[in-house]
Amino acid sequence: MALPPPDPQFVLRGTSAAVHTLHFSCGSQEPAVPVLFSGSENGFIHVWNLKTHRVDTALDGHGRKSVYCVETMGGKDQLLSQGRDQRICLWDLAEGRTAVTDSVCTENVGFCRCSLLKVAQGRWLMAVAAKALEEVQVLELPSKTSVCTLKPEVGAKLGMPMCLKLWQPNCGSQPLLLAGYEDGSVVLWNLSMGKALSQLVCHQEPVMSLDFDSEKTKGISGSSEKVLSIWSLNEQQNLQVYKTHKLVNAGISDITIRPDKKILATAGWDHRIRIFGWKNLKPLAVLDYHTATVHAVSFSDHKIPSERLLAAGSKDHRISIWSIYT
Amino acid sequence: VCFIPGGLDCSISFVSHVLGKVCVHGRQKEILSVLVPRLTDLTKSDCIWQRICWRLVECVPDRWMEAVVLGFVQRAPRADVLSRLLGNLVVKNKKAQFVVTQKMLLLQYGHTTAVLQNLLGYLALDSLRRALLIKVLKELLETWGSSSAVKHSPPEQQQYISKAILICLSHLKEPEIESCRQELLASMMEGVKCHLDSNLPQIRHLGMIVAESISSKINTDGPVLKFQYEEDDEARELKSLLVQTPPFCVVPSPPDDDRNDKADAALPGVLESNKKSHPAAPVKPEEESDAELDSDDDLIPYDMSEDKELKTKAPVYIRDCIEVLTGSEDVDKWEATVKALESLVRKNPAATREVSVELAKIVLHLEEKTCIEGFVELRQRAQVAILTTDPIPVAKYLTSQFYSLNYSLRQRVDILDVLVLAAQELSYPKSHGKTKHSDAQKPCIQLLPSRDSSKDWRRIVDERIKSKTRRFATGQSQVERASGPNEFNSVAGHFFFPLIQHFDRPLTTFDLLGEDHFVLGRLVHTLAILMYLAVNTVAVTAMGKALLEFVWALRFHTDSYVRQGLLSCISSVLLSVPAERLLEDVTEELLETQSWLGDVVEKDPDGDCKRLALQNLLLMENLKKKLKTVPS
Repeated sequence: MALPPPDPQFVLRGTSAAVHTLHFSCGSQEPAVPVLFSGSENGFIHVWNLKTHRVDTALDGHGRKSVYCVETMGGKDQLLSQGRDQRICLWDLAEGRTAVTDSVCTENVGFCRCSLLKVAQGRWLMAVAAKALEEVQVLELPSKTSVCTLKPEVGAKLGMPMCLKLWQPNCGSQPLLLAGYEDGSVVLWNLSMGKALSQLVCHQEPVMSLDFDSEKTKGISGSSEKVLSIWSLNEQQNLQVYKTHKLVNAGISDITIRPDKKILATAGWDHRIRIFGWKNLKPLAVLDYHTATVHAVSFSDHKIPSERLLAAGSKDHRISIWSIYT
Repeated sequence: VCFIPGGLDCSISFVSHVLGKVCVHGRQKEILSVLVPRLTDLTKSDCIWQRICWRLVECVPDRWMEAVVLGFVQRAPRADVLSRLLGNLVVKNKKAQFVVTQKMLLLQYGHTTAVLQNLLGYLALDSLRRALLIKVLKELLETWGSSSAVKHSPPEQQQYISKAILICLSHLKEPEIESCRQELLASMMEGVKCHLDSNLPQIRHLGMIVAESISSKINTDGPVLKFQYEEDDEARELKSLLVQTPPFCVVPSPPDDDRNDKADAALPGVLESNKKSHPAAPVKPEEESDAELDSDDDLIPYDMSEDKELKTKAPVYIRDCIEVLTGSEDVDKWEATVKALESLVRKNPAATREVSVELAKIVLHLEEKTCIEGFVELRQRAQVAILTTDPIPVAKYLTSQFYSLNYSLRQRVDILDVLVLAAQELSYPKSHGKTKHSDAQKPCIQLLPSRDSSKDWRRIVDERIKSKTRRFATGQSQVERASGPNEFNSVAGHFFFPLIQHFDRPLTTFDLLGEDHFVLGRLVHTLAILMYLAVNTVAVTAMGKALLEFVWALRFHTDSYVRQGLLSCISSVLLSVPAERLLEDVTEELLETQSWLGDVVEKDPDGDCKRLALQNLLLMENLKKKLKTVPS
């Protein structure tokens, strides 16, 4: 007899706007407090203290335009945020400061979240959708120099890039980029050569979100239709469809695989969060708490497994925090 | 005094005389607090002492009998003790009988439940006295069932009588019930009718509880009468009176020595159910997995049977809503529409204004098709939203429907509630476009679809009076709230005057002055609240004048709920109409009302009415004083 699904451990309220993105930073030692960053539609980035469940700081850097991506760069003192004001801001939050130290103007009016990858101490690569419709630009941070621009072939008709993921096969080797496009295909790019290595049509509708497990070289993508697609990378760097999974209701806005690669979570347009086992995509739970579309899901990076959390941000202004399968 | 007569003839009549005289002078407490315990002990086992005690009370002259008997009944700790002390006094002595069976039960009502228990228990203990018990029960039921008693006696007295009835019932035995079954049934039907007819919820409850008890006693095997009401403390207390567990019930006349042992027996055995240990709630572990093992085949899935397809969405346009609500057979869509209606109306005021009357009509007639939680509240909020969006035409429609044929009482009362809620919303200043008005200093009028608005109303008037007098002391300490034009100003008349116009015109299905006095009561309270909310509007003086005339016409109404409403109306007028206007334009009505208020304070049977009238008189005094202090 299966147990009914658990309730959220707690719910963060107070954003007063739809929540579009979430990012945890809980890896630091005591007495540092675990925090959660959330970006909302009203342009604020809230820094939530996970001990008191209250907002510690609210950052206003995008001129009240929606913030749709937040990432940390090595600890919670350095934050990167991307907003609909066509800017990417870098923040310095150490010692209570709330200053924007640098910003990158992307001139892109889309919704594609950027992807960050640490390549060396203090050096980052960031992939972001560029000004031209189908292009992806890769920049190095903090120098803001362009590494390469990835242009699909003429006539490929991929549409806008919808989601990006930078990854490295093992430490030190060449980084690669996986990009999901508006036409439903996922393309693997080689950055040094600026060429597409492989393209796979996974969906009939735009790819809304994807995530990749570099150890097993397996990835998963979700779209606005009812199908989740799992694909893998073989030795020749070719993408192949591995499996598909049909959902009850259409529309996935975000997918994320937990750092320990055991489970993954999907954020649905039907207000539900779905948990699957990563190994075989076995459905494990359907968390039904929110009353509007769930825009983002994120797993925490707690060092102690039993403290790990899952956060989900939704259009109903709430962020639910769950402790599940820890 | 410890002498053993041992065969001597002694006369203790002088002691009776002393006792009587002392009691009638009001010293019952002192003398009986010594005498009764002593006699209780002495009569416990000794027959002779019992006889002496009986002689003692029997010899008290008639003119002092009442005081003595009253004192004994109040002092005796239990019914059997009373029985030992008084013996068959009530049977032998006419005066004592009158006191016990008539005066203490029907004419007085201040005694405690314990005293009632003693008294009725005493009557029940002896076969000679049991006849009196039955007689008492019949008389109590007659009073309980008389509609004039229900209307004119204060609620406390009615409660007392109900308690007495319940205790009598608890003492009755099968054969006795058999013999008077028909009469019990007849009185119960009579009584239930007039109790349920009352506007005060307390009276209704009492009626229901007593009727249920009688019915359960009469029909022990058949179906019993069962009402639906709130189980509050009073109900529980009354019901507990039905259960008598006397350790000694049957044995007649000569007091038995064995009985006295049982007298020390334990209290009525309502055994407390042993505290059950908490049912071992299966601790629901949030993490069901064995995360230690590597394979995720060991992650146990949760129950996902609730994961179904998402239901249909609610319509986003007002005209679509109208379509769905009037014609659609799709129940899901209908439900979604009902839930979304209020917010849609508020978000689309322009579109709503185009179809406001039609929409109001549909929502007024909306019946519950499926089981939605909070349907009544949803419907009411939708109606309020429509009314506030387009006040004048919709108010015109609703007030005209209030007086039309073929509406149920619930619908008419709904109309009144909606008018008040909308008036409240319109008359409060809007802060940042939000309709939630929680003002810390002003009292909030909470109108729920229940029937207790009269109680809240009293509280509000009290608070308003208090706030008026306190205002001179505190300075400007609150932040100025955003002010806007009073939206109620232009529509107050449209809400108020149509309601007051036709109250004396009876229709075939609706007669405010006749049977439907419940709705009349609600109407009066509604008018009071509308008057209160009309403060600072232009029409307030005209409204005040009309309202006072209305009150004058209805001032002798027999229903106390209506009278309370009328008094609230007067309070509203005094509070809302500016003092100068009151004195200039409304003087005659004010003077007439003042004389009526004086009458109410002295003669009205209902305590709440008296209090309200007194408050009104105080308000008038304050007004006069205020005007005198203003330099002219």
